[in-house]
Amino acid sequence: MEAHLGDIELTLTPQEGGGAIWRFALEAQRLPSFARAIREEGGQLLALWGSDDRHLERGFAVHVAFLSSVGLIWTTSDLDPERPAYPDLACIFPQADRMQRATFDLLGIRADGAVDERKWLRHGAWPADAFPLRKDFDASRPASHDTDAYPFIRVEGDGVHEIPVGPIHAGTIEPGHFRFSIIGDRILKLEERLGYTHKGTEKRFEGLDLDTGARLAGRVSGDSHSAYAWAYCLAVETATASAVPARAVWLRALFLEMERVANHLGDLGYLGNDVALAFGFMQFWRLKEDWLRLTARLFGHRYLFDRIVPGGVALDLADAGKAELAALADRIETEVGELKAVYDEHAGLQDRFANTGIVKPDLAARMGLTGLAGRASAQAWDARAQFPQAPYDELDVNMATARKGDVLARAEVRFAEVKESLRLIREILRRLPAGDIRAPLAPVSRVCEGLGWVEGWRGDILVAVRIGADGRLDRVHAHDPSWQNWPLVELGVLGNIVPDFPLINKSFNLSYSGQDL
Amino acid sequence: MATHLILQKIFKTGIVSEPAPEADLSLRVRERELHAEILKVFGQAVSIRCVDAGSCNGCELEIHALGGPHYNIEGLGVKFAASPRHVDLLLVTGPVTRNLEVALKRTYDAIPEPKWVVAMGDCGCGCGQIGDLFGENYATRGKVSGVIPVDVEVPGCPPTPEALLRGILAAVSGKAR
Repeated sequence: MEAHLGDIELTLTPQEGGGAIWRFALEAQRLPSFARAIREEGGQLLALWGSDDRHLERGFAVHVAFLSSVGLIWTTSDLDPERPAYPDLACIFPQADRMQRATFDLLGIRADGAVDERKWLRHGAWPADAFPLRKDFDASRPASHDTDAYPFIRVEGDGVHEIPVGPIHAGTIEPGHFRFSIIGDRILKLEERLGYTHKGTEKRFEGLDLDTGARLAGRVSGDSHSAYAWAYCLAVETATASAVPARAVWLRALFLEMERVANHLGDLGYLGNDVALAFGFMQFWRLKEDWLRLTARLFGHRYLFDRIVPGGVALDLADAGKAELAALADRIETEVGELKAVYDEHAGLQDRFANTGIVKPDLAARMGLTGLAGRASAQAWDARAQFPQAPYDELDVNMATARKGDVLARAEVRFAEVKESLRLIREILRRLPAGDIRAPLAPVSRVCEGLGWVEGWRGDILVAVRIGADGRLDRVHAHDPSWQNWPLVELGVLGNIVPDFPLINKSFNLSYSGQDL
Repeated sequence: MATHLILQKIFKTGIVSEPAPEADLSLRVRERELHAEILKVFGQAVSIRCVDAGSCNGCELEIHALGGPHYNIEGLGVKFAASPRHVDLLLVTGPVTRNLEVALKRTYDAIPEPKWVVAMGDCGCGCGQIGDLFGENYATRGKVSGVIPVDVEVPGCPPTPEALLRGILAAVSGKAR
């Protein structure tokens, strides 16, 4: 297919069997002009990662996934094996900044001309001159125990105070450090320091068999298990040119929507809790618990862990289960409607939600805010609606958007998405095709690659996979939407009071594990 | 009016809390001689500090679920607290990452004696099918007991809220295994 992006003419090759995913090789020097063309066209940068390809008789490579009007464009640029570098893209897409820094920490691939060259995922656990994702990384080298000594940006002036928070927080949430600079109760600056849950996940993928890889992919961020497992399986199935039975594809969508409902119910409860409406927490968590228990009864796991597997799904749904699930979906829809009436009417809650933690649409567009937070700031992207892959191409998903970009807007988008997911679930149950639920993967005899793209409950989840000629995983990169959304938490809290931070943070509910890898 | 709607919903919902499960003493990995007096006190109430030492956040989902109305943990005297100085029990999830190791040890040290540690999940316990999925590598120290002393291990990926509650109760139960 010929495509035009700005003044760049391209011949795009669709990823085999990969829907709206296009791939091509691009010289590193042309990356900025290409990125600018995408930007002018209204597109975004979704992910940036690197790979060590020296064992394939190449150098290193930098990969970028762009979102554009034709779908997702995956560019690969080969880099010099001795001095791997590519031109900075953060000056065009600011969301590339942390991804570029992480790519350096893990692979020693440099973004030339980048303004911010501080470390990101590396704290003190490995030395600055060691790069864990290089194939010749010496894992036996003793870990350094340097303290992190991260150079935060200081705000100085009369009456400015610093509040360091974390890595261990007051509540039961994942670890991360937040450095507030405040005057009185107003936030002047917030700087995040993440990476505390860095588990070496990407290194761990190397050499795994394809089934174990699916289990690990699902645990990149546990709350998005089905989204990751599906994206990983799509990547593997594309790479190996394997077909998946229709019933399995529909069941995968069922799992993804069930995951979305569970997470949104939990968040709506916590948003109530964070404005001292314990009633909201208890009611939504009662519904979530009912949902999880039925999920466990039907599929053997409360969060559907390991139910999406390469080639299909691991467990079928009996007809009796369909009726039960549809009945619970009906009840939850009714009850969520009742609770929404309470949230709508509750003056205290509305007062705290409205005009708090605003990310305006133009800022969201400039910074690449994605997923549900993006949609609450008028960034109308939803892969299920715009680039639907099976079975969404037959489901006609209604995208939920809002314009105000405050806590209220993010709650409203969740309410709308719960309703839509429950509709999709009923629709899937009604139209679930008969047949097998798993097919064997086509055998692997050469190095092959694929990319999977799934609209998780938080936003776009991407998994890129390279399988070696031996049929085992050679390189896997998993991308969480939290990468591009975390910087907007820093900006969304500005001018707000410190006590509203937990509420604003919860309204985004971003993953630490997903971006720490 | 919100008040009217709230009251209506509360009465319609009724009480969904379930009876408490029994402590599962088989989850104990360490037996300690403790003063009978102390156990009598802790048998009534326990305050918990959670530390995610590197989990995928799956275990956190179940810790949150434990706070829901089905489990009524505060009715049992189980409470989550913000400061390690205020707690009796440390609940740790995840394979312990090197980036969080120091913070975990400091949290452990900050808890006054006597204290208990519950490791939660296959990664934190280093057991089951998932226990070695992350394993030990340049970034990870593996199971919690490799870093701080552990009294109770609750396996699962993630363990259900009920299993977690049985483990917490086992840690502070005065009964011997």
